[in-house]
Amino acid sequence: MTLLEVDSLNVSMRNAEGHLVSVIENLSFSVAHGQTTALVGESGCGKSMTALALMRLLPEDFVITSGRILLEGRDLLSLSAKEMRSLRGRAMSMIFQEPMTALNPLFTVGDQIAEVLRWHQGLGGSAARERAIALLRVVQIPAAEQRVDAYPHQLSGGMRQRVMIAMALAGRPKLLIADEPTTALDVTVQAQIFDLLAELQQETGAAVLLITHDLGAVAELADEILVLYAGRCIEAGVSADIVEAPRHPYTRGLLNCVPHFTLGRAPKPWVDLGEIPGMVPPLGARGADCAFLARCALAADICRSRPQPALDPIGPGHAVSCWREAGGTT
Amino acid sequence: MSVLDTAASPAAPDHLLDVNDLVVHFPAGRQGPFGKTSFVHAVDGVSFRVRRGTTFGIVGESGSGKSTTALAVLRLAPITSGQVVFAGRDIADLSGSPLREMRKHLQIVFQDPFSALNPRRRAGDQIREPLDLLGIGSGSERDDRVRKLLAEVGLPPQAADLFPHQFSGGQRQRLCIARALAPEPDLIVCDEAVSALDVAIQAQILNLLKRLQRERRLTYMFISHDLGVVQQFCDEVAVMYLGKIVEQGSAAKLFTAPCHPYTWSLIAAAAPPGPVRDALKQRHLVKGDPPSPVDPPPGCRFVQRCPAAVDRCRQQLPSLDAIDPSHYVACHRASDLAETFIQIRS
Repeated sequence: MTLLEVDSLNVSMRNAEGHLVSVIENLSFSVAHGQTTALVGESGCGKSMTALALMRLLPEDFVITSGRILLEGRDLLSLSAKEMRSLRGRAMSMIFQEPMTALNPLFTVGDQIAEVLRWHQGLGGSAARERAIALLRVVQIPAAEQRVDAYPHQLSGGMRQRVMIAMALAGRPKLLIADEPTTALDVTVQAQIFDLLAELQQETGAAVLLITHDLGAVAELADEILVLYAGRCIEAGVSADIVEAPRHPYTRGLLNCVPHFTLGRAPKPWVDLGEIPGMVPPLGARGADCAFLARCALAADICRSRPQPALDPIGPGHAVSCWREAGGTT
Repeated sequence: MSVLDTAASPAAPDHLLDVNDLVVHFPAGRQGPFGKTSFVHAVDGVSFRVRRGTTFGIVGESGSGKSTTALAVLRLAPITSGQVVFAGRDIADLSGSPLREMRKHLQIVFQDPFSALNPRRRAGDQIREPLDLLGIGSGSERDDRVRKLLAEVGLPPQAADLFPHQFSGGQRQRLCIARALAPEPDLIVCDEAVSALDVAIQAQILNLLKRLQRERRLTYMFISHDLGVVQQFCDEVAVMYLGKIVEQGSAAKLFTAPCHPYTWSLIAAAAPPGPVRDALKQRHLVKGDPPSPVDPPPGCRFVQRCPAAVDRCRQQLPSLDAIDPSHYVACHRASDLAETFIQIRS
């Protein structure tokens, strides 16, 4: 059963002249109960904006122009601010990228976790504190009884991220949005955080929407992957299909440009990494034709003469938006 | 290439950098009003040599002293004791104009290209700045060189007149590289130079750095926590933990036959997904965070988190011993552990 359904979501930004500039175009996807879906792409592709749109926390000047977001059948876009507020933290919650800026430096971590519990579960001071300590234990923070009174600056980056996860889990959400939860962390800590997320997901049965720029890293975590480019979904499908048989040139590029660690084998002499030349077109410079056109090594006349192809199914649970791939139609 | 080449000692003709027992301690307050001063042991007796034209990688968690080591080599962090021999000359005690003269041979590319550039100065001026400060060339020669450098890092000449905010992250990192190249240095420190970039841009920058190294015979000190990048990019690798090098060797040796439990832990975190990784993780991935580097206890620094620690590890600090001419390990139990490690690999 689907938990979250996003149906042709369009988000725009009002620029200095007051014109609307498209940020996310026609994004549709769904997340089933207990599943992990990953949104992958470079900076500026609209991953974080999608997450913020789902939470209805978009910055000023950003508007959802059309589309529907259904959480368990309820249309989030028609809810009042008050109703939305009661959903955030309880039905859906978010782990932000930078734990140092997302935590309030003036309150102890215990207070910040307890806030969720007071708001949504109406717990009193001591009961909330007890729960906060229990949650810190769940995210494997040693000496939780003492740490509950610590301020964010007294904790290391990995610990802060664990606190963020504890906060996000406090309301037992059905949907957990994790926006690059490990980019600011060391590799050993990254591995621990990913393990922790997977473990907690097993226990709580929450669905996870994981946002990342490293396609290789999410391959084993995610059930489904959506590759975003310049605000458009250009490839979507079951995780194993996308990683083993990527069809869009951008997805292939993303997979090739990461030097993957190989164990027990001497490294080969340096061969230049497969790079994707150029960069993501900035907002406002995106035309109707394929957004990847300028960077694509396979671009042909058909790509130049026609608009961005629709996301077309090319197999069971695998869709791609590319003229050069089978099934490119408008 | 420069006068420095002739000054190099004949005994080690190809070692551009030779660091001997480098120590950097920072005072960290007193223990009580009349107590003795505590010290953060940021770098605690580190020795390594870097051959000209190669890349020396340093990996480790945050707080392990990777960046401090590099900054001390550049004389940007105060050296408590030890030698930094650069092209045959100890630069640890230099000051004043000899030090300034030396600066043109040592440059750095920082992690975050957003804070490493002055937002109020044009890109061209920032690349020119080291030339102005070090008094290299005449005015028109400097402008000329700025143009050439921009082309070399793959930016159009018009970029010189733009401000940093008009560039993307990858382009800004290219500017930082151009600025580091300006005085034609021999050694460039890349302090997590690609960590803040997107994967696609990271590949572009790594390819650029490699090309520049080939063309100019540059020597890099490459600091990173990404083992995948380090394995491909570096010739020699040192693994640091709490101010000490725990294992060092050629990239080929270190990653085919790692010996230190901490190296194994890093590998367990970076290994490609699969059953091997699961086995590695279960056995070797250490939990938690490294302990505080303030006044560390005697014994091996890794002892609190080490799955193989014995009494001896708590009492005696292991020295960095050669187990092979190009492979050094600081672990009392290296030989006992070697066998269990082999089992896992097979």
